[in-house]
Amino acid sequence: MTDATTENAPYAFVRRETLEAEPAPITVAGPIAWIRNNLFPTPLNAVLTLVCIAFVIWVTPGLVRFYILDAVWTGTGREACLADQVGRPVGACWAYIADRIPYFVYGSYPIDQRWRVNIVFALFFIGVVWMLWDRAPLKKVGAFFFFLLLPISAYVLLLGGANAEAFLGYLIILTLVLAAIYVVLSFVPSLARLWTSEGQLALEQSMPPWQRFHRPKRLILFALVLFGIVAILADQFGLPYVHTGLWGGMMVTFLVAAVGIVFSLPLGVLLALGRRSHLPAIQLLSVIFIEFVRGVPLITVLFMANTMLPLFVPQEYSPDRLLRPLIGVALFAAAYMAEVVRGGLQAIPKGQYEGAMSLGLGYGKMMRLIILPQALRIVIPGIVNTFIGLFKDTTLVMIVGIFDFLRTIEATLVDPTWATPTTRATGYAFAAVFYFICCWGMSRYSIAVEKRLAAGQKR
Amino acid sequence: MSSTTTTEPVQTGKASLLYDPKIRGYVYQIALVAVVAFLIWSAASNAIENLRAQKIASGFGFWNNAAGFDINQKLIAFSSSAGTYGQAFLVGLLNTLLVASIGIVLATFLGFFVGVARLSSNWVVAKLAMIYVEVIRNIPLLLQLFFWYNAVLKPLPEPRNSIALPGAIFLNNRGIILPYPQFGEGFGIVVAAFLIGIVAAVVWFTWSRRQQAKTGKQYRNGLICTALILGLPLLAFLALGRPLSFDLPQQGRFNLTGGLQIFPEFVALLIGLVTYTAGFIAEVVRAGILAVSRGQSEAAHALGLRPGPTLKLVVIPQAMRVIIPPLTSNYLNLTKNSSLAVAIGYPDLVQVFMGTVLNQTGQAVEMVSITMAVYLTISLVTSFIMNIYNKRMALVER
Repeated sequence: MTDATTENAPYAFVRRETLEAEPAPITVAGPIAWIRNNLFPTPLNAVLTLVCIAFVIWVTPGLVRFYILDAVWTGTGREACLADQVGRPVGACWAYIADRIPYFVYGSYPIDQRWRVNIVFALFFIGVVWMLWDRAPLKKVGAFFFFLLLPISAYVLLLGGANAEAFLGYLIILTLVLAAIYVVLSFVPSLARLWTSEGQLALEQSMPPWQRFHRPKRLILFALVLFGIVAILADQFGLPYVHTGLWGGMMVTFLVAAVGIVFSLPLGVLLALGRRSHLPAIQLLSVIFIEFVRGVPLITVLFMANTMLPLFVPQEYSPDRLLRPLIGVALFAAAYMAEVVRGGLQAIPKGQYEGAMSLGLGYGKMMRLIILPQALRIVIPGIVNTFIGLFKDTTLVMIVGIFDFLRTIEATLVDPTWATPTTRATGYAFAAVFYFICCWGMSRYSIAVEKRLAAGQKR
Repeated sequence: MSSTTTTEPVQTGKASLLYDPKIRGYVYQIALVAVVAFLIWSAASNAIENLRAQKIASGFGFWNNAAGFDINQKLIAFSSSAGTYGQAFLVGLLNTLLVASIGIVLATFLGFFVGVARLSSNWVVAKLAMIYVEVIRNIPLLLQLFFWYNAVLKPLPEPRNSIALPGAIFLNNRGIILPYPQFGEGFGIVVAAFLIGIVAAVVWFTWSRRQQAKTGKQYRNGLICTALILGLPLLAFLALGRPLSFDLPQQGRFNLTGGLQIFPEFVALLIGLVTYTAGFIAEVVRAGILAVSRGQSEAAHALGLRPGPTLKLVVIPQAMRVIIPPLTSNYLNLTKNSSLAVAIGYPDLVQVFMGTVLNQTGQAVEMVSITMAVYLTISLVTSFIMNIYNKRMALVER
């Protein structure tokens, strides 16, 4: 620069607009930097990365080739999966899974009756979605459905026979009687004085008759519709008796898991309340039960249910072979559930208890209206985790002779129809994928709920 | 409501005894106790009647009866001709304890390794560890045991085609055959030297710590303790003229002879339990390390501690406090899960006692209660010991 230019125009160039930022150097941002920082930051890490990558490269192609590329997808017998018959190296024998999938789902349940199982599956699916989806409407009706109506309908549909149909008949009569009672009450609400509080009564009386007691009426209507559908099905197609010895496969796995959750949750809540009770006898009995069950393996509980339960009841009431492990699983899960619920109860601040008491609520109302709704909500992740454990533990029922999903896989492995060198690897992979999808899905759900709850806490 | 009849002057507003919480409490408790007592009584009387109808003996007289079956893996002498049910019980119990104790040690190492790997800054290592944890934790243990036993160990070659590994180790479908150590005369002295070494190391360690606290002088504790623990028995071993030989397995025409056979059932159960429990321990460890706030390690760095000592002296002691309670329950789970041995035929307590002995005698009540009592005792003792340790760790907190 010369002096002249500085005098005339002090600056040769003045930037008037802002420049776009330069991209960061590739050693700081971008994929190369990412690789440098995350894969090769130090020599030791570089070695580790290379070893791990080598491991992945060593394992993955073999798995892909075995389970996908070399796999046999169609066929009707073991010849389809034998290398010397096919004339090429044979990997997984998916044809065997495809051929046996009905057995894996229904066990030996009679083929022409399997529509009953499908209906129960559908009801179960509806119940699960209703309970787990946080924006589903009418949660209380959903709980009523899942914990009471679903077990009853499943019992009637799956077992069938004269006893179950008679039971259904009694239930329909009972529901009709209840419906009649509530219709009468709607028009004469003062009859309800004995068990309804004055405030509630005044509220009901302020409404037109057909809207009074709408909650119980809703439940009754729902139950009536469901039972009616089951009764119509029974009437149209008949529900012949299917012995539980024929039940098997995923159906039994889901049954054990569902019985576990349906019975363990209410029982667990009661046990948790008992454990935190101030009444020494109730507390002591709850603690003994919980600690005893949690201290022994599930297998011993199942053996106990299988061998000792028939001794404890009169011979003519000896429980069914399938019912015994169900009782064992339900009691076992209840103890674990109780500890989860207890954690929730302990997490509720004392002020909530005191506030409820100062409003004049008794123990039952305080728990039902104030404490348990909050406590159960914060332990949903814990409940789901317990349920994941329970779902994996359902496999143990095969040890006491129940044909659950894993047992059906094992049973087909000794079947000569599909005896090939790769059948076992295929069957185990299928079972692993099934359990993984169920358990992993549940754990994702639990994590999502945890996040949602944490979001409410943060603010 | 009238407030005329009050039993206690403090609590006013009582209408009747019906609403007195104390009285109600008594009524509830009496009702519950009565129901439980009735259930127990009816169960007991039914059991007595049923047992009489089925002509099953009761009581513990079977304990000294001849068992009449053999058990392949036994830590104490047992044979089908001379063994009693009581001895069979001991064999099963020892097998359970064996697999549980080895499993706990190995699962702890693997679990800590995977847990730390999940937190690694190395992306590949962290992801691999995550895949391991997710896969292992979401598949039932029973299926994993079947996999290890039926799909991995059973397809190994017949004994005559055993796979020979370096160190005279053979692998076949009857298990792993290892060199059998034969302890010569005077080996007891080596063991004694080892024990003395441990005691001396502990004494030295305590002294040097105290000395360091007093004077600030540091000693090379790692080196000296290793020398004491390993060097002393080594010296004794060499001085006594190596009183240890190995019975090497020999490859015969059809079978292997000699050596120490480790049964495939044991190996499968051990691998299954270790890998499964390690997945859970890894999550416990990860949660424990994450629970230590970043400020702790930053402060340690600010004080000039390098990453190694930071981890050893600052992070891990605090993480341990969070880790230990769930770690204990994982140890107990491993012990309880070892009862799945019954599915693959490893002769543990459940398989021997609840399986074979129960089938032979039919005395369900006795077998189930003895087995349950054993597990209950193990659980209670473990949680008792861990509670003591837990308290000591917690005392550090100020």
